[in-house]
Amino acid sequence: MQPLTQIRSRTVVLPTRDIDTDQIIPARFLTTTSREGLGAHLFADLRFGSDGEPVAGFPLNSPESEGCEILVAGNNFGCGSSREHAPWALLDHGIRAVISTEIADIFRNNSLKNGLVPVVVRQEIHDRLLASPGAEVLIDVERAMIGLPDGSEVSFPIDGFARYCLVEGIDQLGFLQQQLDEISNYEEQRPWKP
Amino acid sequence: MTTARTLFEKVWADHVVVDETPDTPAVLYIDLHLIHEVTTPQAFSLLRDKGLPVRRPDLTLATMDHSTPTTPVASLKDLLVVGESAAAQVRQMQQNCMDFGIELHDFDSEHRGIVHVIGPELGATQPGKTIVCGDSHTSTHGAFGALAFGIGTTEVGHVLATQCLLQRKPKTLAVEVSGALGSGVGAKDLILAIIGQIGVDGGTGHVIEYRGRAIEALGMDARMTVCNMSIEAGARAGMIAPDDTTFEYLRGRPRVPQDAAWDRAVARWRALPGDADAEFDRTVSIDAGTLEPMVTFGTNPGMVVGINEPVPDDTGDTSFRKALDYMQLETGKPLTETGVDVVFVGSCTNSRLSDLQQAASVLKGRRVADGVRMLVVPGSQQIKKAAEDIGLDRVFLEAGAEWRESGCSMCLGMNGDTVGRGQLSVSTSNRNFEGRQGIGARTVLASPLTAAASAIHGRIADPRPLLDEG
Repeated sequence: MQPLTQIRSRTVVLPTRDIDTDQIIPARFLTTTSREGLGAHLFADLRFGSDGEPVAGFPLNSPESEGCEILVAGNNFGCGSSREHAPWALLDHGIRAVISTEIADIFRNNSLKNGLVPVVVRQEIHDRLLASPGAEVLIDVERAMIGLPDGSEVSFPIDGFARYCLVEGIDQLGFLQQQLDEISNYEEQRPWKP
Repeated sequence: MTTARTLFEKVWADHVVVDETPDTPAVLYIDLHLIHEVTTPQAFSLLRDKGLPVRRPDLTLATMDHSTPTTPVASLKDLLVVGESAAAQVRQMQQNCMDFGIELHDFDSEHRGIVHVIGPELGATQPGKTIVCGDSHTSTHGAFGALAFGIGTTEVGHVLATQCLLQRKPKTLAVEVSGALGSGVGAKDLILAIIGQIGVDGGTGHVIEYRGRAIEALGMDARMTVCNMSIEAGARAGMIAPDDTTFEYLRGRPRVPQDAAWDRAVARWRALPGDADAEFDRTVSIDAGTLEPMVTFGTNPGMVVGINEPVPDDTGDTSFRKALDYMQLETGKPLTETGVDVVFVGSCTNSRLSDLQQAASVLKGRRVADGVRMLVVPGSQQIKKAAEDIGLDRVFLEAGAEWRESGCSMCLGMNGDTVGRGQLSVSTSNRNFEGRQGIGARTVLASPLTAAASAIHGRIADPRPLLDEG
């Protein structure tokens, strides 16, 4: 994973609440054995009509959303299935951070392992960001701060270990493999075996 | 002095290999890793790239369920996967399991089925275990007093390589269910009511423990239905304290300890329920006696009402209005006037023998309404056989329903079983998300009883009058 310290970008806003992973990428696109190329199916049923043409008015179809790396989404983003294809599709499309008031647990975990930054902000900040699509926002992963369009800064919660891994570009599997002696000891010493 | 601990805290503490610190998460040992064809190929590719073996193939159990067709066939070898990419994924799974030495319940295995159905059925799911799978409905296994949760594909790779996960300890939420469920009201209605009460994000960051008289009274199939949908409230895991009901279900199953080892296991399991004075981070309460059959009206499982209630008032929220538009439902109108195109009985939520028996009890001697397509999809080949042994297949076929091979089927529209655009489906599955059952499909979640009653009436229907008729 590439080290990730900062993201500075205009925002694209998707105000709907409870956007689930089936909406982020429908199950019919999960028959792949690769993690590449899923951006083509991001929000497939919201972005494209039954004729396959882009839906006018869907925020990610607007010319202004071109190049936006930060998605501001309605409350409780990423609920539903555990499919890691959801963050893969967002990243492949060019989204590198998602801001909401709440982000579902499994989606958050999956995102952090792929370099997609989940950012939870309080309602008042969220409201401001929802109301100003295209605003320029700075996400400083290293300092766990968001720079807002008016120049002010607020902090956001992020697990210290996850942040360290993002900033240093560390693969968490490597960290786990360093614990293999402890894992072997645990297996030998536990009073019952699964 | 020892601190009082909840069920979750006991299972968690028993599996911590390395304690968590402010800087690092805990290393948590995993006792059972369930895998299926959809969320594992990229994890196996990672192992191949790094030249790593699967650390504990003996603690890994594989099946095919998500992209598996359910079209009835004379021989299971004849099952034809829909689409080249799904077929390639299935072949990849077979290759991965062969190369890495993992037991796979392939198409022709008599133990194949939905991953969350076969784990318990084989007795691989046991109290006090940690169980993970690249599938959010892994919470199902918590019905046995296991700590079971869904993970992503990167974490599948972590478990394959190290049998461990890096985890922060979640918070605990007690859901106290008092009273007793009325006639015609079941586990599905209960969990839908709970999700309606706490919301689709009400359990985020928490492990739920379902407790109380109404929970203790449930059989294992019903407990699995409840725990299965914990994720629909945002909780990664839901647990129920193991008791004699749990042990009786497991006794004699292929993967449980036998003879003296069984007695030792039961003794250990009896110590798992939470201590009387253990504290939860949060507690919510619900009275099972007040519940009606529940149905969803919107596009997430928290948008739910009693079957005889009208569609709720517009909250003014744009997402609420968008959901009603999608569902083509109007505020204030009774749901029981809504016509039905498809009825689906199946999924890891409601495809077990007792679910099928309930649906059959309503359908027996009756006919599915003209113009309604009804699919009954058993959760596993074992359940299919058990159902056929007691003649349920005849009941379904004579009523005009389809009796299928096992699999995830119409729950998620990726295996050839889909609901058409604009069609309304009454489904015993777990998600009524937009497009979940097919592009533009409108899903109403309900119990097997309600689904069967709706099939007969051709509209969303309360099953209780049909039960009274006997």
